Amino acid sequence: MTSPAGGAHVPGGPGGSTAAGATPQARPGVPPVEPAAEEFDLEEAIHQVEAEEHEGRPPAAGLLGNLVVAVAVVALGVAAVVGSLALDAGSARSPEAGTWPLVLSVVVVVLGLALVATARRTTDAERFSRTSWLVLAGLATMVVFVALISVIGFEIPAALLAFVWLRFLGHESWRTSVVTSLAMVVAFYLVFVAALSVPIPHLF
Amino acid sequence: MDLAPVLDGFGVVLEPTNLLYCLIGVVVGMLVGVLPGLGPAATIAILLPITIGIEPVTAIIMLAGIFYGAQYGGTITSVLLRLPGEASSVVTVFDGHALARNGRAGTALGIAAVGSFIGGTVSIVALSFVAPLVAGFALDFGPPEYTALALLGILLVATVSSGDRLKAVIAACVGLLLATVGRDGFTGAERFTFDNLSLADGLDFVPIAMGLFGLGEILYNLEERHRAVHAPATVANVWPSRKDLRESSGAIGRGSVLGFFLGILPGGGATLGSLASYALEKRRSKTPERFGRGAVEGVAAPESANNAAATSSFIPLLTLGIPANATMAVIYGALLIQGVSPGPQLVDQEPELFWGVVNSMYVGNILLLIMSIPLVGLFVKILRVRSTILAPITVLITLIGVYTVNYDVFDIALVIVFGALGYLMKKLGFDPGPLVLAFVLGSLLEDSLRRSLLLFSGDPTGFFTRPISGTLLVLFLLVALLPLIRAALPRRRGNARRSARSPENKELV
Repeated sequence: MTSPAGGAHVPGGPGGSTAAGATPQARPGVPPVEPAAEEFDLEEAIHQVEAEEHEGRPPAAGLLGNLVVAVAVVALGVAAVVGSLALDAGSARSPEAGTWPLVLSVVVVVLGLALVATARRTTDAERFSRTSWLVLAGLATMVVFVALISVIGFEIPAALLAFVWLRFLGHESWRTSVVTSLAMVVAFYLVFVAALSVPIPHLF
Repeated sequence: MDLAPVLDGFGVVLEPTNLLYCLIGVVVGMLVGVLPGLGPAATIAILLPITIGIEPVTAIIMLAGIFYGAQYGGTITSVLLRLPGEASSVVTVFDGHALARNGRAGTALGIAAVGSFIGGTVSIVALSFVAPLVAGFALDFGPPEYTALALLGILLVATVSSGDRLKAVIAACVGLLLATVGRDGFTGAERFTFDNLSLADGLDFVPIAMGLFGLGEILYNLEERHRAVHAPATVANVWPSRKDLRESSGAIGRGSVLGFFLGILPGGGATLGSLASYALEKRRSKTPERFGRGAVEGVAAPESANNAAATSSFIPLLTLGIPANATMAVIYGALLIQGVSPGPQLVDQEPELFWGVVNSMYVGNILLLIMSIPLVGLFVKILRVRSTILAPITVLITLIGVYTVNYDVFDIALVIVFGALGYLMKKLGFDPGPLVLAFVLGSLLEDSLRRSLLLFSGDPTGFFTRPISGTLLVLFLLVALLPLIRAALPRRRGNARRSARSPENKELV
């Protein structure tokens, strides 16, 4: 059972999204039915709301992308099998440190192979597009933050991170970005250093 | 049933600190429900560090408030903007937004608030009676029962999670593997630590939850094209009329009961409850054609049900120690950090915590009802806060917050790694929920499994010689094998039109 492209993206819902069971087949060719149409179909309507919510998302990944993901899962499983065997696999009678990890990693390999087999029908992975660079940039600011915090304290890396996110990832104006990022650092300084006296590395 | 601990629980709730944290919890929850982007699981994960310095009962009261508060908040965006903030509010969109287009947004929001309040309250009362019974039943569970229960719980959550079931189960297995990192409790062997001292004690729950749910979601949202939000300027006449209340009273009642029962099931929860109750109302209605065009019952039923389900999903956590969904998994983690291990002994050993948290929900629901009707206008204004400004604030709170747990820079690095993983998972269709859930249950599961195998002298069929573990494992196998059997059978239903009830039936398998 595969779910439609929209299915995977309901933001952080408790207990899972409605899409998984509600719309078992992706029907890309079928135009969504207006909810106020003659006959109101719950399933179609849910599908439509979710599709609308994910309008701004990149398109679904192709066969190659799905295969790469599936192979990566298999590779992860194989690596875990090797690691578990190195730990002493034991047996059911005398379970050792490696027994449980071995069981799990074999399951991962099997399920990964199932992913390879169903790659053609998978529609819930997204393509990496030009906007994915934004994510990489966002991650880079965090890596810079963690690399510098022990050396020069949190203030400058935090201001830098906030500025990049506001100006370049969020397209705020230069003035808003500068003022807001400085204000944020001051606020964080007051809360964490002045009020809570958290021993976080800081300059001042 | 002994009432003394229940009443003591009210004493705990009415302590000023606890009242304050309850208020903070429901306000934050409501905000999170209104603001697009972060869900309740992510918010609770990001706020984990601040729970460390406070009393366990106070901390859980606040986190619980965020969870059920988000159910109220999600309604506002569903009705006004046709954007369900939470998965459990998706069905509210149809009739809620139709009502809003007819100039009756106030009615929809008012009925939703009343329904949520009644659903939540009915569910708390039922919980107060059911939870001690379940806990009493589970008291003599041994390792085999826990093995089977944990396996079934994880599988059910993976099965009904968003997205591909196969991928969700893979995520769960990876979560279980991550839980094995560190020193093995039985043999003392170092597992998957790569000689890194920081990994010797295992991976911490906080950076994993904060990274996968919090940072992962923020990074994922970066790729979205920003949409302009057109919130209506005013919402008039929020108080529901007598006629509206009369029309929806049946829907609220049925929604509350249905939500309560579906919420107890692992993996069920608020989303399933709201869907099922909407379908039920539509089927029962003499005028089903009104649904989707602004039927008041179509708002009342799912909103009552999702609140009832949110409340009752605490039952498996507090009585069995098995979280029923991703948000409960984070609350489970919060309890573990506080040194409280949830399970059947909780009601007897920590009555103040148990009844304090349960009874705080009455107070929280009253606070939410008070806030949601008169303050709707204020929450509508909050919709205008730009996510581009919220995102860096959330990132910094996460990075600095995770440091405050152990004062260790390694944790910041870890949260970034798991943030990247969370982004990739969401991007590629793997729900991070089952991973986190499996991670928190990982050591319990491995422990119970190894003890059971020793008990049965290495014979796995021993599980089936005990009635409870046997039944649970048979259920586990059924749920696991059903998709295979279904795939093997010729596809007869193909493009046949499915009835409106089919989503519910399918999700229940």
